[in-house]
Amino acid sequence: MARAISPRRKALVTVIAWTIGLAIFFPILWTAILSFKSEGNAIASPLTVLSTPFTFESYETVQERSNYFGHFWNSVVISLGSTLLALLVAIPAAWAMAFVPGKRTKDLLLWMLSTKMMPAVGVLVPIYLIFRDLGLLDTRTGLVVVLMLMNLPIVVWMLYTYFREIPGEILEAARMDGATLKDELIYVLTPMAVPGIASTLLLNIILAWNEAFWTLNLTAAKAAPLTAFIASYSSPEGLFYAKLSAASTLAIAPILILGWFSQKQLVRGLTFGAVK
Amino acid sequence: MGQITLKGVTKRFGEVEVIPPIDLHIKDGEFVVFVGPSGCGKSTLLRLIAGLEDVSEGVVEIDGREATQAAPAERGLAMVFQSYALYPHMSVKKNIAFPLKMAKLPAQEIEAKVQAAAKVLNLGNYLDRRPGQLSGGQRQRVAIGRAIVREPAAFLFDEPLSNLDAALRVNMRLEISELHQSLKTTMIYVTHDQVEAMTMADKIVVLQAGRIEQVGSPLELYRSPRNRFVAGFIGSPKMNFIEGAEAAKHGAQTIGIRPEHIKVSTSEGAWKGTVGVSEHLGSDTFLHVTTEHGVLNVRAGGEVDLHHGDTVFLSPDPAQLHRFDQQGWALT
Repeated sequence: MARAISPRRKALVTVIAWTIGLAIFFPILWTAILSFKSEGNAIASPLTVLSTPFTFESYETVQERSNYFGHFWNSVVISLGSTLLALLVAIPAAWAMAFVPGKRTKDLLLWMLSTKMMPAVGVLVPIYLIFRDLGLLDTRTGLVVVLMLMNLPIVVWMLYTYFREIPGEILEAARMDGATLKDELIYVLTPMAVPGIASTLLLNIILAWNEAFWTLNLTAAKAAPLTAFIASYSSPEGLFYAKLSAASTLAIAPILILGWFSQKQLVRGLTFGAVK
Repeated sequence: MGQITLKGVTKRFGEVEVIPPIDLHIKDGEFVVFVGPSGCGKSTLLRLIAGLEDVSEGVVEIDGREATQAAPAERGLAMVFQSYALYPHMSVKKNIAFPLKMAKLPAQEIEAKVQAAAKVLNLGNYLDRRPGQLSGGQRQRVAIGRAIVREPAAFLFDEPLSNLDAALRVNMRLEISELHQSLKTTMIYVTHDQVEAMTMADKIVVLQAGRIEQVGSPLELYRSPRNRFVAGFIGSPKMNFIEGAEAAKHGAQTIGIRPEHIKVSTSEGAWKGTVGVSEHLGSDTFLHVTTEHGVLNVRAGGEVDLHHGDTVFLSPDPAQLHRFDQQGWALT
């Protein structure tokens, strides 16, 4: 018998869920609203802001002042590049950890994760110096490498979890069928782990897209992605809410759209294996 | 050709020896069943032959060539797994074609072989389906199909029927036996079900705790078990064992008598007892009779009218009595 839920209880839960949902979404909504206001109206009291007229003024200024598409392209290259590179390294690594674990596999996994527990600023100086000496400062290549390294532990962990759900007998069957290690990875493991790999890919793109610490510290102009583009509007010149909002909206729009269209895949991937 | 020889094959996991040195010869075309209780090492032994586990010591020879260090694919063997281990993202056709694709056969040849296998296994209508859309029996056939297209030197089956329901299991048992008749390829089959072992095997290898207890044809094992373990494991229902004075009368520590070798009478016999549970199957009746020697299992005719509480007399067939010494070895 299905559990009985009274209509009142259902209504209450719905209201709570919507409240939480709206509270989470509100900052993004407010940013979007402010981006369509004039600079003067944007700093007005929140209640009066809504009644002021809409304008594209801020977007026009932002377009004039900076090269949005240049930053956008940098963001695409950096987030996609670092993600693909991370997958290339992490798929074989996670395969090894999931299917031929050694005595120290668990320790290794924890150690990898522990690198995420240190504040990034702790390694800023050495990495900055290495980048300077290698000529990687303000290059997309440099950022691809550093973001790949930053997200690698999470990518390996996620893939490891998905791979462990795949029955080892199937890989053994492939081995009996004459598959080499490479065939096994390409024809059997990777296609079977597609939902998991896809959600890892999406999550990593989102993380890399929004990564601000390294992108701000290791770039100046040429390789600066959208995060640097937003930051340039909260500069010493003062606070320009409307322009800052317009820049933020422009920066998060692409990833929001990607997230919207892939939410099914994301949710499916994140709960992969939870229900058999 | 599919001769397989194990010489002193040993498997250790760390310090634990799961398979003590084993010698075994499997002739070309033989249907060999490894049988034993769970945890007896029968699957490990199969995996050692397949090359999925590394041998700790000893030599595996396939067709006279040493294959101890060879990769699974190089051994020319095909395996059917308990879970079927089909590739869920591939159609039935691609599943069956996979080993041929790995062997880099031309597309035309692959197509022809897949069609031929599908015909043998009645899978013609399902070639475009995914494994998830098939029933258990059909999946099992796909797994067998994937094994036969390679024309392997030998087939290895790892408890292939244990995920099927009882009726289907009987069917698939027949199908596998028929397949063996027509292909005449060596088959090694692992099961914990002694009925499967008895019905399918040319040769049964009974294992316990990694050791081979006895090797022989089904009837050899049934007629002359080498020890108490084999005597109790082979045959259904199980052999009855009696210890004490009654056994001493026959000069043994233990005597064993199969349920089908005990005569039931309501008037006279060697052992008096009371019927406990009686199971009427139509063709047979199995009686659980409480006697002074313990509860004995007896197989009576199909239409015997005996019920709970009835007094009966049991007489063992002296020619069919098995005698065992203190260590459980059979006395001849």
